[in-house]
Amino acid sequence: MKYLCLIYDNESEWQKFPKEVQDKYMGEYMAFGDSIKKSGQYVGANQLQPSHTATVVRSRNGKVSTTDGPFVETKEQLGGYYLVEAKDLNDAIQVASRIPSARSGAIEVRPIVERNAA
Amino acid sequence: MNEDNAAHVRDRVDAIYRSDSRRVLATLIRLLGDFDLAEEALHDAFATAVEQWPGKGIPSNPSAWLISTGRFKAVDRLRKSARFESADGEVLDRLQARETPDHGEEGVEDDRLRLIFTCCHPALSADAQIALTLREVCGLTTEEVARAFLTPASTLAQRIVRAKSKIRDAGIPYEIPSLSDLPDRLDSVLHVIYLVFNEGYLASAGPELTRESLSAEAIRLGRLLVELLPEPEAMGLLALMLLHEARRAGRTSSVGDLILLEDQDRSLWNREQIQEGVTLVERALTSRRIGPYSLQAAIAAVHAEAPDTASTDWAQIVALYDVLLKAEPSAVIELNRAAAIAMRDGPETGLQLIDKILATGELVDYYPAHAARGELCRRLGRVSDARAAYTRTLALVTQEPERRFLERRLMELDSRR
Repeated sequence: MKYLCLIYDNESEWQKFPKEVQDKYMGEYMAFGDSIKKSGQYVGANQLQPSHTATVVRSRNGKVSTTDGPFVETKEQLGGYYLVEAKDLNDAIQVASRIPSARSGAIEVRPIVERNAA
Repeated sequence: MNEDNAAHVRDRVDAIYRSDSRRVLATLIRLLGDFDLAEEALHDAFATAVEQWPGKGIPSNPSAWLISTGRFKAVDRLRKSARFESADGEVLDRLQARETPDHGEEGVEDDRLRLIFTCCHPALSADAQIALTLREVCGLTTEEVARAFLTPASTLAQRIVRAKSKIRDAGIPYEIPSLSDLPDRLDSVLHVIYLVFNEGYLASAGPELTRESLSAEAIRLGRLLVELLPEPEAMGLLALMLLHEARRAGRTSSVGDLILLEDQDRSLWNREQIQEGVTLVERALTSRRIGPYSLQAAIAAVHAEAPDTASTDWAQIVALYDVLLKAEPSAVIELNRAAAIAMRDGPETGLQLIDKILATGELVDYYPAHAARGELCRRLGRVSDARAAYTRTLALVTQEPERRFLERRLMELDSRR
């Protein structure tokens, strides 16, 4: 099964970290990414620009409305994701628990809907 | 067809349903990989048994027969299904790849453990874990589970449906957790098992005071856990259940009336279960991780080993409650501690403590609090206070034997006026 591991963390805290702490964090992310590539669980990943760059788009009766900011204001923001291949939820939880931000923020693990090519 | 024979077979099928349906279900879930599919298969298998057994006779191993019939029926159902081309086709392939299902006793026990760990998976809400375990592992009806939860049956049914769809869609595996995850996963399992035991020991409503098979089921699950993971708290819980279970024969009279601990004929207590319970408590208490179940078991052991109420070591019981309160602060434990203090220091002191607890607003709808209050007032000769407390209790109890007990107490008080 495929699982999307959504990384929620406090981005203002993150921005306050000194450069060497940020570098250490990035190093951990690189190591984590390498480990799941090696194990064959990596499907895709991206880091997102901070949430103030977000735009919310809605289309109602053919009229498009565009508003600023993330969909909901929360203490922890969506900062990136990993798309992983895992045997089952326990396996996915095991992977998610090793994402560096699991220690400071939280990881939401969501199964991907599998559609058969029938 | 011989009608007597048909009726006899039907009785046997009912008995087998009660004793074996959960084991069969647990194995069918493993074989079919889906809760709903397995439940349908279980129904189909029993329906087929009712049809075929009167003519063909009852098979020598009914569970194995039910498992292979259920599995066959599920495959049949999938074949006929309109969605055969897609998802069901995959399930079917998987099923047909496994032609020799394991019917051994060992495998069946493992399946039950798989089922309970899956039902108690931490990705499910606590409410869902308990509801699902009582429904799937213990086979309670949705109504029984709802009563145990004090929740409307419709809410409960929805909770179970959601939990099952989460198991399926989120890919919660049907397995016993790895050794490294086991301790973490154990807590929720212990909690659920204890609730199951209590449902059997103090059935939430109805004419029967106890439902022996449920308690026996909880004890069996407890044993299996201790075997798999000899963690102190698993032993503590098993000991606690055994020590309660040992008193079962003494708890009710021949006509099903409730008998208080102090009035019980202790020769009726099951010495074998007490011995086993005490040994387990001792083992649990020698560990450095003493938890709430072990402490409650230690309290039960003090009761079990005392020849009567008067010579019970109440000081030790109070001391154990003190430790328990530190480990797990709760108003119910405070109430029990108050009752023990009443035995150690006299009813007046106990009553003051109970009134203090009730004054906080906690336990005002918890009938044992009012029952304990009534009992202490009665001992103090405060007849009208005792009457008021018992009347309040009567309004809160849902069980027939307890109702009868309270009515008797009230009549005794009337005659004292």
